[in-house]
Amino acid sequence: MAERYLRQTPLAHLEIEARARVAVEAAGVRMGEAGFRAQIALRGDASSETFVDAVKEVFGVDLPLKPNTASTPGGARYLLWLGPDEWLAIVPDGTEEETIAAFETRMEGEHFGVTDVSGSRTVITLCGDRARDVLMKGTSLDLHPKAFGPGQCAQASMARCHMLLHQISDELGYEIYVHRSFADYLWRWLEDAAREYGVAVVSSP
Amino acid sequence: MLLIECPYCGPRDEYEFSYGGEAHIVRPKHPEKLSDEEWADYLFLRTNPKGAYRERWCHAHGCRRWFNVERDTLSHQIIAVYEMGAEPPRAARKGGSKP
Ligand SMILES: [Zn+2]
Repeated sequence: MAERYLRQTPLAHLEIEARARVAVEAAGVRMGEAGFRAQIALRGDASSETFVDAVKEVFGVDLPLKPNTASTPGGARYLLWLGPDEWLAIVPDGTEEETIAAFETRMEGEHFGVTDVSGSRTVITLCGDRARDVLMKGTSLDLHPKAFGPGQCAQASMARCHMLLHQISDELGYEIYVHRSFADYLWRWLEDAAREYGVAVVSSP
Repeated sequence: MLLIECPYCGPRDEYEFSYGGEAHIVRPKHPEKLSDEEWADYLFLRTNPKGAYRERWCHAHGCRRWFNVERDTLSHQIIAVYEMGAEPPRAARKGGSKP
């Protein structure tokens, strides 16, 4: 991992913090970058009790087995379903290495995969009354509340690039995980798409 | 545009998938015993039916898993979707690819 004091988020050059506005009431969409999101790629056999138990013990949440769902966020650690044997684990920034070590110890001798992928993606946050309208311009994913709601996640394409979309809640809106080399393009695309609804750049935690 | 039901993620736009050609083609156990014609048949020749066709698709922009689809090449109707390694869920139709 890079020296922590040298780290820059993929969107640091856009000076999002400096542009962040406090008065955002009129904006239909609020956008920010949740940088330095610690992410762990997790592979394993969902039918293995050992694996399921180890996830519960190390991450403190149940392994989401239902496709396109995330374990309840809000806690410091949670998991996003990516495939039948693949998840993305979110942990507090700085704890990824110890978490991986703990998981490897717990799973010794078992068949699994656990990899720190924190640097691979950044997170663009999108919320506000019109956030869903912005997303609908760039993806064929069905985002109607009947089909996609809080607690759900999906890998799909957004404006022709790969994304992992996670709806946190109605108020907190969406988080878009995007590979860092696509982040600049996707931010500009989304900001442009949101312009007609009034867009405010906000500071994300 | 096709709406393809990924066996893992559910119905998604064709744009998210990549195509993998005919399904259920088994690599010969002893390629060295094949004639050039038989080897060329395995490598290059595919059935081209007007009707039901079994083919492989990959959910490239989603879960990145491969799976099988039975599709009518005339109407584009998707007849069945099933996992890799699974038997086709229905008997081969006239003109369809052999299991
Ligand atoms: Zn899929």
